Amino acid sequence: MMSKINFLKPDKSNLYTFLYLGSFLFFVSVLDVLLNSFFSLNLTGFLPDFLSFLLPLIIGFIGLYFIRIELSGIKQLDLLNKHINTNNFNAVLSLLIIFIILKSIPPILSWFFVNASFAGDSKDVCTGSGACWTYIKVWMRRFMYGMYPNAEQWRINLSFIALALLGSVGYFAIDRFKKYLTLYYVVIYPFIAFLFIFFFISGGPVFFDFSYGIIAAILSIIIGFFIPSRFKFYYFLIVPFAIYILLKYFLFFEEYIELGKLDGLNWVETGAWGGLSLTFIISFFCLIFCFPIGMAFALGRRSNFPLIRYISIGFIEFWRGVPLITVLFMSAVMFPMFLPADFFIDKLVRCIIAISLFEAAYVAEVIRGGLQALPRGQYEAAKSLGMGYWRMHIFVILPQALKLVIPGIANTFLALVKDTPLIFVVGLLEIVGMLNLAKTNPEWLGFAMEGYVFAAIIFWIICYAMSKYSYNLEQKYKTDR
Amino acid sequence: MNFKLKDIGPQLITVIAVVLIFGFFTYNAQVNMENRGIDFGYGFLSQESSFDVQFSLIEYDGSHSYFRAYLVGLLNTILVSVIGIILATILGVIVGIARLSPNYLINKFAAFYVEFFRNIPLLLQIFFWYFAALRALPLPQDAEPMFGISFLTIKGLFVPAFIWQNFNIFFYSILAAIITIILIRNHAKKLQETQGKQTPVLLISIGLIFILPLLSFLIGGVRLSFEVPVLKQLATTSFIYEGGVSLPPELIALALSLSLYTATFIAECVRAGIQGVGKGQKEAAASIGLTPNQVLKLVIMPQALRIIIPPTTNQYLNLTKNSSLAAAIAYPDLVLVFAGTALMQTGKAIEIVSITMFTYLSLSISISILMNWYNKKIAIQEK
Repeated sequence: MMSKINFLKPDKSNLYTFLYLGSFLFFVSVLDVLLNSFFSLNLTGFLPDFLSFLLPLIIGFIGLYFIRIELSGIKQLDLLNKHINTNNFNAVLSLLIIFIILKSIPPILSWFFVNASFAGDSKDVCTGSGACWTYIKVWMRRFMYGMYPNAEQWRINLSFIALALLGSVGYFAIDRFKKYLTLYYVVIYPFIAFLFIFFFISGGPVFFDFSYGIIAAILSIIIGFFIPSRFKFYYFLIVPFAIYILLKYFLFFEEYIELGKLDGLNWVETGAWGGLSLTFIISFFCLIFCFPIGMAFALGRRSNFPLIRYISIGFIEFWRGVPLITVLFMSAVMFPMFLPADFFIDKLVRCIIAISLFEAAYVAEVIRGGLQALPRGQYEAAKSLGMGYWRMHIFVILPQALKLVIPGIANTFLALVKDTPLIFVVGLLEIVGMLNLAKTNPEWLGFAMEGYVFAAIIFWIICYAMSKYSYNLEQKYKTDR
Repeated sequence: MNFKLKDIGPQLITVIAVVLIFGFFTYNAQVNMENRGIDFGYGFLSQESSFDVQFSLIEYDGSHSYFRAYLVGLLNTILVSVIGIILATILGVIVGIARLSPNYLINKFAAFYVEFFRNIPLLLQIFFWYFAALRALPLPQDAEPMFGISFLTIKGLFVPAFIWQNFNIFFYSILAAIITIILIRNHAKKLQETQGKQTPVLLISIGLIFILPLLSFLIGGVRLSFEVPVLKQLATTSFIYEGGVSLPPELIALALSLSLYTATFIAECVRAGIQGVGKGQKEAAASIGLTPNQVLKLVIMPQALRIIIPPTTNQYLNLTKNSSLAAAIAYPDLVLVFAGTALMQTGKAIEIVSITMFTYLSLSISISILMNWYNKKIAIQEK
């Protein structure tokens, strides 16, 4: 009796018998599923349905049981056993996962590529059982730019390219200018970005504001070189805006430009903006605005002044307690009631304000976590050097605290990007909204799946790239403590 | 004097700024409402609502009041949140543990699931399930029965209804079982702490929760029968199931996407929690002779739960708040019924939006107060 059981128990003494037998059984089971799923051949079709369904699993399980030989001395086998074949339970799970993957590849491939239609520009070509990528192709411009006029779309492209180039300055800056980078990214870059997006993309009479803004930015950077470094921060906080306002309200350049017969750009109202570019615009602005607001409230919540502390707590807990959709509802229906009757704020701007305040509360909590994690000694050391509140925070506390909370901030920003589709509440249509609009077009009914899969891929790439980037950033700034 | 001014100055400025902003808003609101002839007040809540709601847990039609409509919305929100929380927890815990599995395939499969569902906006997932996936389901007349009693169709899921006799006895038996389990647990904990004795609490609990309700069936006269949905023809091509319980497709899509999405975050919480328990703890426990089960129960889990529970509660809250996305697929939740339809009919923007926000706010604040209390209770008391 015992010898029989021992015979069935694989070990080193009968290694090769079991290895060959086991791998053969395992191979047969995988082959059966493979043939079944790719060529719809059923090798075990002669058996009853139930058995034929379970047979690969049973054979594969026996095979894996046979090759589970501890310390066999064969490197690959040990590796295999360690990773997918530690015990019976794991063996069954591994087999199931292998089978699920094998089973799901053919339908996915056929839907995405083999039976999909790519050519043509009308619904008629979509006769296969696969996806109709023609639909995406035809609607591509709408998905990317919304209702923005086709002839003007170069403005969006140009703005994004320009901003991407301006944003990548940090990588190419020579060492001498590296110390100004923070300043550049915190003050000047958002300013230029704002001008680009708001004035260049919307065009119209405000286009001139854009040129003032560019002049102001360039002038302030040039003058900035002659400013002593201790005032530089305050200088860049104030002067670009001052020059801009000076140009806009006191110098009346507009008249000269119009004298020179220079036309502005066509006006495109924000209601026509949409698609993926709107997703980018909204995420970008909210990202810029919510960060300083959140930082202010994080500091406010840690403040020694009780009144400021309570106001900050109230603000943070209020925004964190309500869903974004009600906030957007509020910005759409309630907020206009709170403003003077003749005062009108653009829908998009209201949206950006609402989302920024909402996300700022989350950013504030994340930054507070970083502030709390810093040891007291850092505060005391900074104070003992005679630093005031602001100098202490800007030069000692915040750089360390922010480094600690990079993952948290990245998560908040990810949430922000994923929240942008909610703006459908106020009637703005970014990419998901455009999909829903295109889906109801009578000429293109029945392609909801393609649209959502397309948008899902785009969002997935954006979000995955962001999370990987934040991980790299975290590793880069990690300092052992 | 100078010192005091330094203290008061910033506070005074902040308070004045806040008061000014709020004053500005209230003043404008008053002026605007006067101009448009709207009066402020919550009296409309008792008025007849005169609109219908597709799906409601309590009896409701147009003749009921706005307050009743609010309740309908609130209950629907709670329903989808509870379903979502239960499913998300089960899935999240499984995936979280799978993420730590030494099995390479399981580990990667779980990681793929988390990375995939976490990085796609929830709204897109809801749309996908509702407009693309569930639309591919069969019509009521073509539906294949699942287990012979329930039907998954394009018009929703139809499951048998429970018809109870003497339901209260059954309810009390479950209540009694739960109370007994809590008492036994406390007793077992005391025994463990004073004498070091182990009681098989889990086995006793499982036994109790089955045996007591079973007794109520055998002795208490509790009877349960099922009402199976039956296909009924409305018109030549229109069929519907009658009897039983019908879950609308909106609810299914919403619960499915909420739980799939939130489960990824819960899985990460679980993983972080279990990983957060130091390796030394496990080794120390094993070295004093605890069995693997005891190590898990007495050493790993109590410490892991301390890390897992607070962020997981946060995820539950997020799920509840995210359930407001129901408005996008017309599931009649609080936002759609109250901040949508009711607001459109009454035009009472400020009142309705404030009630809606206040509801969510009180929900999350009460849970966070509970959480803080729990955190204090389980925090490590250093001596």
